[in-house]
Amino acid sequence: MEKFTTHTGIGVPLRRSNVDTDQIIPAVYLKRVTRTGFEDALFAAWRGDPDFVLNKDAYKAGSVLVAGPDFGTGSSREHAVWALKDYGFKAVLSTRFADIFRGNSGKQGLLAAVVSPEDIELIWKVLETQPGTEVTVDLVSRTVTCGDVVAPFQVDDYTRWRLMEGLDDIGLTLQHEDEISAFEARREPWRPKTLPAKHLPPVEIQAARPVVSLGSPEVPVRS
Amino acid sequence: MAGTLAEKVWEAHLVRRGEDGAPDLLFIDLHLVHEVTSPQAFEGLRLAGRKVRRPDLTIATEDHNTPTLDIDRPIADTTSRTQIETLRNNAKEFGIRLHSLGDADQGIVHVVGPQLGLTQPGLTVVCGDSHTSTHGAFGALAFGIGTSEVEHVLATQTLPLQPFKTMAITVDGQLKPGTTAKDIILAIIAKIGTGGGQGYVLEYRGEAIRSLSMEARMTICNMSIEAGARAGMIAPDETTFEYLKGRPHAPEGADWDAAVEYWRTLRSDEDAVFDAEVVLDANELEPFVTWGTNPGQGLPLSAAVPNPAQIPDENERLAAERALEYMDLEPGTPLREIAVDTVFIGSCTNGRIEDLRAVADVVKGRKKADSVRVLVVPGSARVRLQAEAEGLDKVFLDFGAEWRNAGCSMCLGMNPDQLAPGERSASTSNRNFEGRQGKGGRTHLVSPLVAAATAIRGTLSSVADLEPALQPA
Repeated sequence: MEKFTTHTGIGVPLRRSNVDTDQIIPAVYLKRVTRTGFEDALFAAWRGDPDFVLNKDAYKAGSVLVAGPDFGTGSSREHAVWALKDYGFKAVLSTRFADIFRGNSGKQGLLAAVVSPEDIELIWKVLETQPGTEVTVDLVSRTVTCGDVVAPFQVDDYTRWRLMEGLDDIGLTLQHEDEISAFEARREPWRPKTLPAKHLPPVEIQAARPVVSLGSPEVPVRS
Repeated sequence: MAGTLAEKVWEAHLVRRGEDGAPDLLFIDLHLVHEVTSPQAFEGLRLAGRKVRRPDLTIATEDHNTPTLDIDRPIADTTSRTQIETLRNNAKEFGIRLHSLGDADQGIVHVVGPQLGLTQPGLTVVCGDSHTSTHGAFGALAFGIGTSEVEHVLATQTLPLQPFKTMAITVDGQLKPGTTAKDIILAIIAKIGTGGGQGYVLEYRGEAIRSLSMEARMTICNMSIEAGARAGMIAPDETTFEYLKGRPHAPEGADWDAAVEYWRTLRSDEDAVFDAEVVLDANELEPFVTWGTNPGQGLPLSAAVPNPAQIPDENERLAAERALEYMDLEPGTPLREIAVDTVFIGSCTNGRIEDLRAVADVVKGRKKADSVRVLVVPGSARVRLQAEAEGLDKVFLDFGAEWRNAGCSMCLGMNPDQLAPGERSASTSNRNFEGRQGKGGRTHLVSPLVAAATAIRGTLSSVADLEPALQPA
């Protein structure tokens, strides 16, 4: 993982709350088996709207997303973080993040910085009145600067340390391999194991077929 | 020292306590894997030359991206087929048990784990899926993880975790006829909001919770994530033990006795302190439905679409305005007058046998509304077999519904089962986000009973609205 200390880039005001992971990346894009190449999928449903912020020239090259409360709610899909990164975002500012999204960000070197609602509002105003303004996110001092707004942000110490050092979690954990083995040795023997597999007798499953007569697959659409 | 249920399970899995702000390292008892969030994790293992540390604590199924029709034929969508084949190849290469499409134990991971008896009290359970919280119904600490964490668990069978806060949610009283566990959890989410549980493990308790079956408890824990919580738990009791006994992977003989003895200790101590507490009265609950685009935007069915102008908080007001525009709803419209095009019955929230029985009891001998398409999708192949053994499939087909093979189906707009743009559904699933069930689709979250009544009347309805009235079973 790349080390993150400070980043400066165009700020993108996303004046919406509850931006869930289905909005960040709809499920149809989750069929891919790669870890990169999701930039086209980011905010896919909104990208078709010419008024959407990322469709405006001043914000297109943005790399710091400034969003409303409860960003990243819903699904655990790490694809949401990959899509933001692939588009070019290095940091997301919000007043509150969903737990799993925040965790996923930390693993992928995307900074999820918690900023107070008052400061988010001030930053939005700068970015909306002066489109293209750059935002500096300084992880060392935990401050964000946008125009004449300088605001503190929160990120937990451990995530900050890992981001600044660019450390890989698995490598860190495997330093304690002996302790994992010791735990395994004292684990209760009756705890379940998936192997050898146990199950009820296998039965043939009949494949359901499309309905041909009544209730045809054509979807009735109410306008 | 007095502890909560969540803290007890946490302490029992401590491999290493974190120092200087570092997270604790916890052992993971059960890792559930599916096709969508695992390919990049296996690829990571391959690139680093790592193996799966504990294939014997890992199990995979195909669910999110699978069709629910023609499952014996090649999957038509080539990208989907590649993803399924990737899981099959990975399972083979890394020695992981996989229940594939067509296998009697295939189904939604969160339905398969409990039915095999793998989900047990006091375990730590993870899966690359946010609805892993379902397994908390057994008193397990169960939560969804991202793909990097999936790789981490595959490689180490542990996870570094920062401690959670704890919230007690006490549901007193008893549910009235026509209301269900789904109405309890929708009411809780409407009360505390989609961010209200953020940073917490929720523990559901109280008389109403104790009276619920395991399947109903799973419905409640399943949607903990919709309140922003990582996990939801219910202390195990006789109902839990009864459900587990005799299941394929449940302990047997002396092991069973040892396990039950331990399971009985898994409850919050009388003097345990929670970081937050919420109380709800089940007696006051009515069938609940959502009107907006997040699961917190819900109201009793007897209410009307809210007027955003009357919402004091600016963010909530803007969100409500956007939601009504997306949902194409007018403030003041009685929720009962909202007509739907599709009724979806299934998902890890409400795709278990009890849910299907509840629906069958309502629709038996009736016909669906002409204007409505009805999909009944069992949560697992075993649920499908059980339903067929009880003749429920006939009830659904006579009603005019489609009876499908098991999978996530229309819950998530990924496989072929999707809403068309502008189409409106009453759905027993868990998320009503914009486009969740298909691009442009509009979702109202409901209980299985409301889904059944809605399929009959064509508009959002409760069983109390049915004519002739439903005879008590």
